[in-house]
Amino acid sequence: MNTPLNSFRTQPDERGHFGQFGGRYVAETLMPLVLDLEREYRKAQSDPAFQAEFDDLLEHYVGRPSPLYFAPRLTEELGGAQVWFKRDELNHTGAHKINNCIGQILLAIRMGKTRIIAETGAGQHGVATATVCARFGLPCVIYMGAEDVKRQSPNVFRMKLLGAEVVPVTSGGATLKDAMNEGLRDWVANVHDTFYIIGTAAGPHPYPEMVRNFQSVIGKEARAQMLARTGRLPDLLVAAIGGGSNALGLFHPFLDDPSVKMLGVEAAGHGLDGDEHAASLLGGSPGVLHGNRTYLLQDEDGQITEGHSISAGLDYPGIGPEHAWLKESGRVDYSAVTDEEALDAFQLLCRTEGIIPALEPSHAIAAVKKVAPTMPKDSIILANLCGRGDKDIFTVAERLGVEL
Amino acid sequence: MTNRLTTTFAQPRPSLVCFITAGDGDTAANLDALVEAGADVIELGMPFTDPMADGPAIQSANLRSLGAGTTTADVLRYATEFRARHPQVPLVLMGYANPMVRRGPEWFAEAAALAGVDGVICVDIPPEEDDALGPALRAKGIAPIRLATPTTDAARLPQVLAGSEGFLYYVSVAGITGKQQAQIASIEANVARIKQSTDLPVAVGFGVRTPEQAADIAKVADGVVVGSALVEICGAYGAEAPQHLKTLTAALAEAVHNAR
Ligand SMILES: Cc1ncc(COP(=O)(O)O)c(C=O)c1O
Repeated sequence: MNTPLNSFRTQPDERGHFGQFGGRYVAETLMPLVLDLEREYRKAQSDPAFQAEFDDLLEHYVGRPSPLYFAPRLTEELGGAQVWFKRDELNHTGAHKINNCIGQILLAIRMGKTRIIAETGAGQHGVATATVCARFGLPCVIYMGAEDVKRQSPNVFRMKLLGAEVVPVTSGGATLKDAMNEGLRDWVANVHDTFYIIGTAAGPHPYPEMVRNFQSVIGKEARAQMLARTGRLPDLLVAAIGGGSNALGLFHPFLDDPSVKMLGVEAAGHGLDGDEHAASLLGGSPGVLHGNRTYLLQDEDGQITEGHSISAGLDYPGIGPEHAWLKESGRVDYSAVTDEEALDAFQLLCRTEGIIPALEPSHAIAAVKKVAPTMPKDSIILANLCGRGDKDIFTVAERLGVEL
Repeated sequence: MTNRLTTTFAQPRPSLVCFITAGDGDTAANLDALVEAGADVIELGMPFTDPMADGPAIQSANLRSLGAGTTTADVLRYATEFRARHPQVPLVLMGYANPMVRRGPEWFAEAAALAGVDGVICVDIPPEEDDALGPALRAKGIAPIRLATPTTDAARLPQVLAGSEGFLYYVSVAGITGKQQAQIASIEANVARIKQSTDLPVAVGFGVRTPEQAADIAKVADGVVVGSALVEICGAYGAEAPQHLKTLTAALAEAVHNAR
């Protein structure tokens, strides 16, 4: 395909920079490894056998393509734009995370690595990683904040059933960023045999690009499906943002379609006016963490502050560097949704469409709820339903005051 | 360029480099104890919420320091006051990129230069991202001190050395701080390999805890870095730490200075 002159799809540069963001801010011990990973990834990218195996597993193991679904009762309830969903919650393991894990484990095997590590917040990436490790017979260690181990206990049990060792991380705030620190510490000490499957489009280059590319299957399918079903492109894409992988997966294939607007939805927690949120773009500032320069929640001395969100998968004080760049370039709009609004949207989708969404995409649905009524009835919103809510029913029950 | 680092490493005897985290206990008293007991170079750790390359001992020190409310201004003040008390002892700030670049690299380099800092070790700025801090430091006459590790192979070493100043810090184990020590044979071979490519002094650290280990390394390197063992003393003894730091540092200095 010819990329237009002003393409938004040609990032990052050869140093892994998305404008001023991204890069490879890692300890020297990891640097040769990160460079090696990039070389191997480039080889895999141009190897038709790699792509064929990836596609085959996505089709027969993950269950792709995921459906594109028009939500009639939600549309009617909101009284504006047509609301459509990309149903990535129907994937094996219940979220988009598995798309990326399939890609990375194939790469790990190609590189001769014999041990897999990963960090997880909500546990979805941990479950997806444990799943592909079981599928390919590799030992797997999952780092998970001790707080998240508590609030996502069903996923902890799932990972254990799948044969993973789950290590609760108690340092710092004991959530996703601390799990990522521990993953990096493990990697530094085991570089010879270990592959780190990062779960979102963040970390040192080439992770942000690589994860985005593996997740782009979402947007490629959705674009073709939408054209086939309606003969046109959507007017607005909406996706929730933790580190940003499901959003980039949906957005990236549409970035050079000027008629398609995009909205990334961050977690506003208890509200952007206080400190209890996880909105790095709207409530943070640029800095360096976990291998990349990006927007971070931090104080004036550059100390990282703890995010808060009802959704463990969005509770991260950073964001993938490509989103930082897309924000500054103005191509994508970003907004934020509170815990309360996400909880309302969660229940709304249950009642109107018979779908229990995860709390992460509930943030996207809440944004849809706000924007759909302002748009004409013949316009189309496509939101990423990137995870199902089974893992969240305990959190939701507690918030609704229901005892299970 | 001659500065305190070059003068120190120009001595015929090997140097002892001591690390503690700023703001963990009585920093001034702890630093004085290290100097009095024979430390040749001070590495002052800038606390960070997310010390990704550190093991439990230094992680805890970071959290204790931040928990006590240590700010970047405090760290710079410790440096300024140290410089006034010890005009000749080289002082290096060590830490992670984000607190260093938060107000811009020029701001940090200027402030560190005013505080009398001789060098800066930034764990997570590899040569590939040198632009983020290196030029600002060099412009102020502060040495950007780089790390080489067992994974830094022959092809990569020249890139690490280009732009390195002060000394080269050889991290003897692929891992985090405070864990096991590498075999002395491997350290010797790697230091020899590095010294073939540079005139910079080479100091070796990570996992050095005892005078015996320090002496072994001092036989083959220009400097020995001790961190976690000292930081553990700060954690265990709090206000009483200086006397205990003195005891260990004196034994380490004796071993390092007389190793050859
Ligand atoms: C269902 C779901 N959606 C979204 C996220 C957030 O990650 P990302 O922004 O990378 O899609 C997570 C993370 O755990 C998740 O489980």
